[in-house]
Amino acid sequence: MIYEDVSSGSRTRRTLFGAARVLSALKIDGPLMVGLGLICAYGLIVLYSASGQSIATIVRTALRLLLGTIAMLVLARVNPNFLRRSTPWLYAAGCVLLMLVVTIGHVGMGARRWLNFGLFRFQPSELMKLAVPMMCAWYLHERPLPPGWAPLGALSVLILVPVGLVAIQPDVGTAALIALAGMLVIVLAGLRVRVMVALLVLAALAAWFGWSFMHDYQRKRVLMFLNPQADPLGAGYHIIQSQIAIGSGGVFGKGWMNGSQAQLEFLPERSTDFIFAVIGEEFGLLGLLLLLLLYLFVVGRAIYLATQTQDTFARLLAGSLALTLFVYVFINAGMVTGLLPVVGVPLPLVSYGGSSVVTLLAGFGILMALYSRRKLVGS
Amino acid sequence: MPAVRIKDHWREQRLFDQRALACAAIMAVAIVGLIVRLFVLQVFRHEYYADLSQGNRVRNEPIPAARGLILDRHGEVIAGNQPAYQLELVPEEVPDLQQTLARLVQFDLIRAEDVDELERTIDSSRSFDSVPIRLRMSDEDIARFAVRRFEFPGLDIKTRQTRWYPNGELAVHALGYVGAISEQDLKHIDRAAYAGTSLIGKLGVESAYEPQLHGTNGFREVLVNALGRSVERQGAFVPNLRTKAPGAGEDLLLSIDLKVQRTAEAALAGHRGAVVALDPNNGDVIALVSLPGFDPTMFGRGITAREYGILQNDIDRPLFNRALRGTYPPGSTVKPVIALAGLTYRVVDPLAHRYCAGSFHLPGSSFIYREYHNEHHGAVDLDDAIARSCDVYFYGLANEIGVDRMSTFMEPFGFGKPTGIDIGGEKAGLLPSRAWKKEAFSRPQDRVWFPGETVSFGIGQGYLTVTPIELAHYASILATRGKIWRPRVLAAYRDPRTGELHRIAPLSDGEVPGVAPEDWQRVVHGMIGVVTRGTAAAIGAHAAYSFAGKTGTAQVFTVARTEKYNAKLINERLRDHSWFIAFAPADQPRIALAVLEENGGAGASAAAPIARKVLDAYLLGADGKLKPQT
Repeated sequence: MIYEDVSSGSRTRRTLFGAARVLSALKIDGPLMVGLGLICAYGLIVLYSASGQSIATIVRTALRLLLGTIAMLVLARVNPNFLRRSTPWLYAAGCVLLMLVVTIGHVGMGARRWLNFGLFRFQPSELMKLAVPMMCAWYLHERPLPPGWAPLGALSVLILVPVGLVAIQPDVGTAALIALAGMLVIVLAGLRVRVMVALLVLAALAAWFGWSFMHDYQRKRVLMFLNPQADPLGAGYHIIQSQIAIGSGGVFGKGWMNGSQAQLEFLPERSTDFIFAVIGEEFGLLGLLLLLLLYLFVVGRAIYLATQTQDTFARLLAGSLALTLFVYVFINAGMVTGLLPVVGVPLPLVSYGGSSVVTLLAGFGILMALYSRRKLVGS
Repeated sequence: MPAVRIKDHWREQRLFDQRALACAAIMAVAIVGLIVRLFVLQVFRHEYYADLSQGNRVRNEPIPAARGLILDRHGEVIAGNQPAYQLELVPEEVPDLQQTLARLVQFDLIRAEDVDELERTIDSSRSFDSVPIRLRMSDEDIARFAVRRFEFPGLDIKTRQTRWYPNGELAVHALGYVGAISEQDLKHIDRAAYAGTSLIGKLGVESAYEPQLHGTNGFREVLVNALGRSVERQGAFVPNLRTKAPGAGEDLLLSIDLKVQRTAEAALAGHRGAVVALDPNNGDVIALVSLPGFDPTMFGRGITAREYGILQNDIDRPLFNRALRGTYPPGSTVKPVIALAGLTYRVVDPLAHRYCAGSFHLPGSSFIYREYHNEHHGAVDLDDAIARSCDVYFYGLANEIGVDRMSTFMEPFGFGKPTGIDIGGEKAGLLPSRAWKKEAFSRPQDRVWFPGETVSFGIGQGYLTVTPIELAHYASILATRGKIWRPRVLAAYRDPRTGELHRIAPLSDGEVPGVAPEDWQRVVHGMIGVVTRGTAAAIGAHAAYSFAGKTGTAQVFTVARTEKYNAKLINERLRDHSWFIAFAPADQPRIALAVLEENGGAGASAAAPIARKVLDAYLLGADGKLKPQT
């Protein structure tokens, strides 16, 4: 049937079908791949401008993307059952590495976050962004859903141990993101609404409590979020400059490499956390809407794939990975536009630097593996 | 609820789908919120943020205007601008600041005692701003630096315009100087107009005509990055930048004649004193001398505390403008106006002789008023009394006129009030009267005017004081027989581009009222007598023109009545001040002047010869003959 279709169709059709065959052989989801590819390409174009036309930056980023893509391709071919069975080991290894970081890790920028392996430095907290939701999904896989009180307690421990280890590095931002990925699994597993409300109340109390344990710089970020104009040259400078960048971009933007805020370095962190503002300045509202559309497409496709998988582990993990991407995008865009406090979350796949690109693409590799072998999974 | 729950795959799938749907709904709400936010920023408030971003990236860099030149009446430069070479340092380009400064000290390019100060200045500057570390380098300094330049990365020689006074101290008290803008100056200037300049006119012409000399700043829009560093371009971003050329300050053409000024300063050199020469026909200041002076250039390059201390503590007070601010008793130089008062009030018959036996006493008083040097003039009429400066004659005359009438009569001649000269900074002398004394003193016994004080007044002693400019002004009123012109230093503005002159009309302050022409003539005749047969006959000899003058000797120190005043025996600084006023030619005067030599002794011996030199310098051509009137 398929061969007939291919030989009888137009040249374009034949190419498309050929590509589809290759993708399915690689266990790759075409639409997701295209969406991710477009975001990465857009990101490179923006990064060239935002980095002050640094070729070196582009090369380094492209290499990271390549590494991430390889991770994605490899993981997409892994048998989901193998993945599930090895989850506890992965999680345990991650926790051990985190403990190593806390004790002998490499200090950089005032925090102990890296393990130095000579050739490269490795951030185990990045690994936990995947290991924690996997572990939660693994734990819930065999159990009836929605989870009762006892499993919830066990899950809390599973989440809080690595989160605590990351938080004392200190890297509260990443710790929160890891906790979020785990909690999304629980929410998707059907956590009852009244429990969620109760947890939110608890969280509010914890926030009040946590305030007293915060570092000065963290408190400053929160206060600055509440009133950025209070200290325009100090802590509020980031938000004010990024709003000027986005606002002055207007609907059509100032043009590629033409954003004065970004090019003259008024915008801090222009190629990393605040690259969203560079897009807003140079490509305007239309440029931002296009980017958001691409993200929505990827997130939507990922959720669709999650609903198509047929076992609990795959569904929960796939759903959590998809939602995590959205949360990253929303938090980054929210902080750059002044809707949320500045928490140091990069714009996924676009911001320069960090191993988060590799983690993200690896996550999508897992998602593709879960989807493409959906018929094979199960006990 | 059963004790053991089993997995219900279908139910779980539905639950998951519901949750996914709920999450999708929440995401939709979040994304809508985000898009609304983007609309607010990029559409509704776009203009606001666009303005902010424009302000962020473009700064106005001022271009200081060239300061106007100051020229004498013949166009000779008194104050100009000159590029000065200075050594500047860009902190971020210097690898080791301490070592660099140490090396500069070693090569004698900066002084060791300045190093600490320089380090502080450099630390407080932005790392990319060029900091001047050595001003006014000599050719030799430049050469010394140039051969070792490779050893000093981050250092360079730059030029900038500085005020240049080619004649040094000449006329400094008329000219003033430019110096660093002080806290005081900042209160009354527009800071924006002075951006890019660190200097402002102080005193004299430089200060009085500061707005005209300063001109208007131009500006250049420069692209700056977030650090304030000026950049050519960033990325593909090249904005459209504007430039406005500065409007150069106006050139000032002064009435001062540098040749006369030089002559006067040379004649007075080595003494403390003042010379003020005016054109009696319009108030033009021909020369304005106050010695000692100082070099105005010091202030423009940044005077050190030590240098300033030396100037300020100098016993000869070089910073003190004697011509405008020094008040002295006029001595006998007032006699012409006292004589005029006597004639106008009809208390004296000019032809009647009075007998001078060398002393005078008031009726009913035992106090004896002596003649200067105890001379005996014998029988003198008014003409003689002026020419030979007979004190006894004027003691009597003053007593007959009375203090209040003298005071009233002298007022139009400018006594007791500033002349209103255009460069300001004047102090007024004192014209006493009964009313003044009543106001000025607090003890009842001091508030009464004594007849003896009227007698002293008649020969210019006692309370009466004048400044040299006031006395020159008075001489010029005598010269024109009553016409009063306000002294002024500025004669014209010159457009720096076209060279076009805008002359300034002289300012008349009216005339002395009620003096008969024949009375003017009588007094002027007496003054001509001064330099032909009277007290200053020696300096009037062989003059190519007729002129009129009057000597004056102002007591600084009262010699006991029984002693003889002997100049040699008393401290130099307690000697009498020497005055001379004159105008020439006597019938059609072109110049009137007052000369003061502090502690110079008698007017005839010290001040008068200086006056003669000044008159010659102004009136005579190269051939030694009177120049034709222009």
